[in-house]
Amino acid sequence: MNYPLYIRSAPTENELKFHYMVHTSLDVVDEKISAMGKALVDQRELYLGLLYPTEDYKVYGYVTNSKVKFVMVVDSSNTALRDNEIRSMFRKLHNSYTDVMCNPFYNPGDRIQSRAFDSMVTSMMIQVC
Amino acid sequence: MDAPEAPLPPVIYTMENKPIVTCAGDQNLFTSIYPTLSQQLPREPMEWRRSYGRAPKMIHLESNFVQFKEELLPKDGNKALLTFPFLHIYWTECCDTEVYKATVKDDLTKWQNVLKAHSSVDWLIVVVENDAKKKNKTNILPRTSIVDKIRNDFCNKQSDRCVVLSDPLKDSSRTQESWNAFLTKLRTSLLMSFTKNLGKFEDDMRTLREKRTEPGWSFCDYFMVQEELAFVFEMLQQFEDALVQYDELDALFSQYVVNFGAGDGANWLTFFCQPVKSWNGLILRKPIDMEKRELIQRQEATLLDLRSYLFSRQCTLLLFLQRPWEVAQRALELLHGCVQELKLLEVSVPPGALDCWVFLSCLEVLQRIEGCCDRAQIDSNIAHTVGLWSYATEKLKSLGYLCGLVSEKGPDSEDLNRTVDLLAGLGAERPETANTAQSPYKKLKEALSSVEAFEKHYLDLSHAAIEMHTSIGRLRSAKFVGKDLAEFYMRKKSPQKAEVYLQGALKNYLAEGWALPITHTRKQLAECQKHLGQTENYLQTSSLLASDHHLTEDERKHFCREILSFASRQTDSPGQKIVLPLHCFAQLRDLHFTPSNAVVHVGGVLSVEITLCSQMPMPVQVEQVTINVHFSIDKNNYRKTAEWLTKHKTSNGTINFPTETSPLPAPQNNLPALELYEMFERSPSDNSLNTTGIICKNVHMLLRRQESSTSLETSSGVALEDGAHVLKCSGVTLEPGANRITFRTQAREPGTYTLRQLCASVGPVRFVLPHLYPPVQYDVYSQEPQLRVEPLADSLLAGIPQKVKFTVTTGHYTVKNGDSLQLSNAEAMLILCHAENRAVIYSNTREKASDALLRVQSSDKVTSIGLPAAPAYHMIEFELEVLSLPSAPVTGGESSVLGMTESHRKHKDTQKAGQCMATTDHKVSIDCPWSIYSTVIALTFSVPFRTTHSLLSAGTRKYIQVCVQNLSELDFELSDGHLVDPDSNADLRLVPLNAKSPQHIRSKQSVFFVWELKWTREPPPSLRCRFSVGSSPASGGRLSIPLKPYTYEFQVENFFTLYNVRAEILPPSGTEHCRTGSLCSLEVSITRLSDLLEVDKDEALTESDEYFSTKLMYEVVDNSSNWAVCGKSSGVISMPVAARATHRVHMEVMPLFAGYLPLPDVRLFKYLPHHSAHSSQLDADSWIESDGLSVDKHVDEQPDGGGGRCRGSAHLASGGEHRGLPMPRLQALPPGQVFNASVGTQVLVIPSKDDHVLEVSVT
Repeated sequence: MNYPLYIRSAPTENELKFHYMVHTSLDVVDEKISAMGKALVDQRELYLGLLYPTEDYKVYGYVTNSKVKFVMVVDSSNTALRDNEIRSMFRKLHNSYTDVMCNPFYNPGDRIQSRAFDSMVTSMMIQVC
Repeated sequence: MDAPEAPLPPVIYTMENKPIVTCAGDQNLFTSIYPTLSQQLPREPMEWRRSYGRAPKMIHLESNFVQFKEELLPKDGNKALLTFPFLHIYWTECCDTEVYKATVKDDLTKWQNVLKAHSSVDWLIVVVENDAKKKNKTNILPRTSIVDKIRNDFCNKQSDRCVVLSDPLKDSSRTQESWNAFLTKLRTSLLMSFTKNLGKFEDDMRTLREKRTEPGWSFCDYFMVQEELAFVFEMLQQFEDALVQYDELDALFSQYVVNFGAGDGANWLTFFCQPVKSWNGLILRKPIDMEKRELIQRQEATLLDLRSYLFSRQCTLLLFLQRPWEVAQRALELLHGCVQELKLLEVSVPPGALDCWVFLSCLEVLQRIEGCCDRAQIDSNIAHTVGLWSYATEKLKSLGYLCGLVSEKGPDSEDLNRTVDLLAGLGAERPETANTAQSPYKKLKEALSSVEAFEKHYLDLSHAAIEMHTSIGRLRSAKFVGKDLAEFYMRKKSPQKAEVYLQGALKNYLAEGWALPITHTRKQLAECQKHLGQTENYLQTSSLLASDHHLTEDERKHFCREILSFASRQTDSPGQKIVLPLHCFAQLRDLHFTPSNAVVHVGGVLSVEITLCSQMPMPVQVEQVTINVHFSIDKNNYRKTAEWLTKHKTSNGTINFPTETSPLPAPQNNLPALELYEMFERSPSDNSLNTTGIICKNVHMLLRRQESSTSLETSSGVALEDGAHVLKCSGVTLEPGANRITFRTQAREPGTYTLRQLCASVGPVRFVLPHLYPPVQYDVYSQEPQLRVEPLADSLLAGIPQKVKFTVTTGHYTVKNGDSLQLSNAEAMLILCHAENRAVIYSNTREKASDALLRVQSSDKVTSIGLPAAPAYHMIEFELEVLSLPSAPVTGGESSVLGMTESHRKHKDTQKAGQCMATTDHKVSIDCPWSIYSTVIALTFSVPFRTTHSLLSAGTRKYIQVCVQNLSELDFELSDGHLVDPDSNADLRLVPLNAKSPQHIRSKQSVFFVWELKWTREPPPSLRCRFSVGSSPASGGRLSIPLKPYTYEFQVENFFTLYNVRAEILPPSGTEHCRTGSLCSLEVSITRLSDLLEVDKDEALTESDEYFSTKLMYEVVDNSSNWAVCGKSSGVISMPVAARATHRVHMEVMPLFAGYLPLPDVRLFKYLPHHSAHSSQLDADSWIESDGLSVDKHVDEQPDGGGGRCRGSAHLASGGEHRGLPMPRLQALPPGQVFNASVGTQVLVIPSKDDHVLEVSVT
């Protein structure tokens, strides 16, 4: 299942480019997941690291145990974002996503329309930019 | 590595270098030993212990032995390591003290002094011994003395600095041993020297690095220093360590660039910011790019120069380490990094220059890797190199666009100028690739030379990238490159080539629900299809785009107009139809039938209202909307009956259609939901559970291939169905959003009509919804007229007026004025006519149409009900009151002479069940105007009462009790209870002892009536009685007709008392009361009350001398175990048949409990001998104990309901005959014949004095 549950980009003018980029990056996510193979669940690293660099952006990946994928694209010139920052951002995303899933009115697989999730993403984006 | 002939300094080709060891002393000697030495030295590894906690390494040492010269020793401040002599060896063969003293010693001293002057402490003196030489000279000193002397003279406290090598050129064990010791020494010394000198070097280097914040510090200088270390490690074959040096330099530089970006600029860095003038790419074919190295050394390198050089060194080392794939990965990082760094440092770069540099570099890296790996290795590591391939493709593409090579017309003059500038920046081709046909340089130059050449190269690269992506399963990346290719083809005006790539990409995006890429790709596809003239596909794509909310309003309108203008253009050529799927044009939301249950009778009007949600951004004029209907003659006629119609009402007649057709982001909606069921498998033998689990019932739906379910773009295989049955609606304007369209049709043939296709026509364009799901049907039915009669309440009660509902379903029959129902009357059921009976006429949908007065005419045999006129497919409903005449249930007597015996009347005697009401069925035959046959209707009435009777005695006085039990839910009033003797026996009188009537009897309750029976003459053995009582419902007004009373007939027999039994318990003589545990006497007196009567005449009666007697058996039984009967408890007595004849029996009984105890029962039986001759021989007691008697002992325990009928007519136990013994029979006396005078009497028993235990039982 590789349909998008939630996509957000800031600024919005080049949204399409990022959609293509995230979609393409799923190739590498799939590759990494299958390379992880059947490693024990609790030993598995959810953070997939840098999926691939492009000239202007870095694409990072993260996959939950239930194979929900998070992909983050950041500007290459943003040198403030090291691995640790990316990791903690993913962890925040994961937590917020877990909250979304806990909502009994949320139907797993639906697009995420949670305001809490949205505002969390917004705050994260503001922090980074 | 093609090593060129190295001129002496600077010695840089590191692989060819070995650590330098100088040789002094006897050169001839060394020359003779050298071959063996250089061969033996690297043979065994040596452990190198490292400083700074670095892991020790095993190292194979090699050395470059050179003749000692003073110039070789480094001067102060010279940091060169490569040319540094790590060890100095003095060779001598001297074995003569004289010679030693004369020459060797001086020579050694000189050598030592030179070393000391340069503070070099790494030296060794080797004394070679030769047996052959020794033999020549006889007066030799013991050889040790020379060595000792040398040690004494030079090796101050370091005696191991002097080594002996014996007979080096011989092949003996001693020689071998000597060699080994020498080599070990040599290796150790070398390593010690390395450790010491490198350690010192590293310390210096670190000191230098710490000064980097000082103003005059230069990165290039530092670079040279650290690289020197790297060279040495490389020389020692320690590539890992060498690589670390370059990586440190790399990181240091990167950090400076980042800091510069953050505003913390180092002065030296500004030099690297000079504009890029040359972009000739990486050079990886030489181990060391001396040209670039010199630039760095001279501090003239640009950023690209430095990066290129650094990477070429890293690449070389990585290849030594056999890690080519890391080269590819690092290359990509490097290229991206450089582009970023140039941006960060704001270095001015001519447009396209970086593209050239990246393109060349990518290809250079790829060719370098290909050069050192075989095909299979490359093929299995595509994942590592594919990034470079697609990066190169991307760069070539942007170069092509930049230089005008992609446009249809070809490059203009400005483009050409730009191309020339770009090519100039490449410079001349390097000599090392000049002979390579496919060098990156040549490729780029050629690609930029002409449109055709560019196309060839670009296609080659693109196809290679797509193929590689595909081969490693990166389908999305492959599609993405494909889309670029499609764009290229579109620019080149070859849409036919572009289409396949766009379709492929679109399919992929659709399958994964990526909305924006779908929209974008679809837009490209629309353009492509337009160019290709694929009208149908173009219109379909246009309709999808016109309904796409990710596009702007204007774009959507554009595509909508495209469809409309096509439609209007083509009107002149009829016959050509374009069939497109409906879902992108408009969506069917819901459908509503009127009537809402979608069932109409023949000739009825049905309307279908649909809600069509237009997806178009503007109003669209639709010429016609049609629904294709499939007709089938339905076998299931029930669905078409009025009954079905009235029972199955859909909630509101609206069918909602899921909005599944939205192709946008939710392909998961296309997947059916999991249908899981519990599964239990039981063992067939003992039904125990074998396995349990959950099974998915729709696996076949879930596991099928995804591709087929989402092929939306190619699904225009929509076939238009032509059917005879079509619902039409013309001239509709579909506004954006919801539109309601109504179809009307008149039903003709009965059957089931299934709505198949929905089609909207705009000019020649047909938007078709091929299947309506969920399936929608309507039914047309034709129905025979029908009459139904049913009670209003749950059940009808007999004896009182009850309402019955008549329902006439007219069906296809039209009821005319004057039509009537003819009811043939049943005798026991009356139809009560009221003046105000009204009939209500309902339409098919249960709506009240009208009501009319009902004309009911009754004659003796027939009741005629005039029906009001009603149209076909309507219902007439009315109610009539009927009365089932009460009748006495025949019970209580053998004769069933009572009650009517009409053929259609039956009694279902259900009284045995206890609380159920007896029922009566009445059948009514009805003639209907629409049929020549009569309809027979059965009505079941329940009798609300149950009546029982019993005979009560008081001495010789007799009473008859009648109990009336109300089983119904209604309350009744009973009046005029009578009991009469139908035989009108004049000697008998029945005296009522009842309360005044009327009496109220509530639901589920009983009322008792009692009469005393009096007679004047000897009473007959049996008496017939008839009980009658008037009943009417307690509630409700007066009834129009008098109701017949309720009757009950029964018979009583043997009601005259023959015997009086009296029992008495007397305390033991002398005491006032009975005591527990002490014997008391029981006196039983049996008194005959009458003379010989008719009933006495049976077998037991004996006659002698006109004196009659009969045999009786008495039995004392205490069922409650209060008494213990001592001695015989029963006996047979001969009773004279004469009034006041008395028989007394005395017995002993013992009370077991204290308190007021009831007396034990005394029972009397008639004793019938089997044969009178044997009768006297039998002892009654012993006989009674035989099992045969127990049958009749229960007589008195049975309910007293048989109306005096003798139920105890003695059956002898079968056992008697079997034993062959003639057995007497016992017959219980009918309860009316024995009166127990002492029934209910109690005797006070006090506890015995010595028994103080009080037993209390609590229940």
